[in-house]
Amino acid sequence: MTDTVGARTPSAGAQLAANGARLPAQGAEPAAPDPLRIAGRELRSRLVMGTGGFASLQLLAEAVTAAGSDLATVALRRIDPRAQGSLIDVLDAAGVQLLPNTAGCHTARDAVITARLCREAFDTEWVKLEVIGDEHTLLPDAPELLRAAEQLVDEGFVVLPYTTDDPVLARRLADVGCAAVMPLGSPIGSGMGIRNPYNIALLREAVDVPVVLDAGIGTASDAALAMELGCDAVMVASAIARAQDPVAMAAAMRAAVQAGRLARSAGRIPRRSYATASTPDEGLAEFT
Amino acid sequence: MKVLLNGQESELGCDETLLDLLAQLGVTPERRGCAVAVDGEVVPRAQWGSFALPEHARVEVLTAMQGG
Repeated sequence: MTDTVGARTPSAGAQLAANGARLPAQGAEPAAPDPLRIAGRELRSRLVMGTGGFASLQLLAEAVTAAGSDLATVALRRIDPRAQGSLIDVLDAAGVQLLPNTAGCHTARDAVITARLCREAFDTEWVKLEVIGDEHTLLPDAPELLRAAEQLVDEGFVVLPYTTDDPVLARRLADVGCAAVMPLGSPIGSGMGIRNPYNIALLREAVDVPVVLDAGIGTASDAALAMELGCDAVMVASAIARAQDPVAMAAAMRAAVQAGRLARSAGRIPRRSYATASTPDEGLAEFT
Repeated sequence: MKVLLNGQESELGCDETLLDLLAQLGVTPERRGCAVAVDGEVVPRAQWGSFALPEHARVEVLTAMQGG
């Protein structure tokens, strides 16, 4: 884990603090002094919302608002003529940009076809590229992922690949033109947090594109840690959707992402094995 | 003519188009958030009315679903 202070100026830190001070406000973020930039687009929120697992569209809408997100994932599945309500309408009303995914794809070929269908369905070039290599862990299939990423970048997509926490693979993905990388903290839906923070910190140093910590977040402190490690954003799905109170957890994640970002820019103290007194000995009373 | 519509065998008259098939699912070109693939290739909505479905075509009709 790195203890270095970010290159942020004090004034930018003060702006961040001011932003954080308005935390209780619901809905859209205030004019962002610290936007997340992906593929030339500015996003005010650094919390990306996964939409899977919510018990109802109403609950999803409330959680997205509490999270303050302006980017939310959608999947593509066979149409069910009996389905009630429109996910797209709910996300439109919440004012979020769609980030379609290729969830469930196991080969580069299937992921590429699914991405093309997403572009047709949602009228966006953005795609969260998932190519799964193992049913039990849902870990990415690295060679297939890289192949699909390269193909989709060639076809003009803005590719955000869900990847392992391997800094070398992340660099290869960035090298083929991915707009960001989305490393896992631990397996999807596991809630185990960031199992290897050292790799996430190394990965952050290895690429110039934004790093969005994906998968494994269990609670707010995991999201804060991701930001403290230098990630540019965090994506949360299950940890909000399956919390006992999803709307409250969405608000907690929002605060955690802001706190982590602020702490990263503030520059943490180095870790030491022994105590360093915070009160001077000078002037200490003598009683015997 | 037989086609496979979202995994289910479906019967189609020889003068019917992809557009007619999609109407069975309540899908029209105006409907947002839908996409169609025939035998693994995207068929843009502008072509739904003119697209000639081959016999035994695998037609996938997809829409937005919650998912991370």
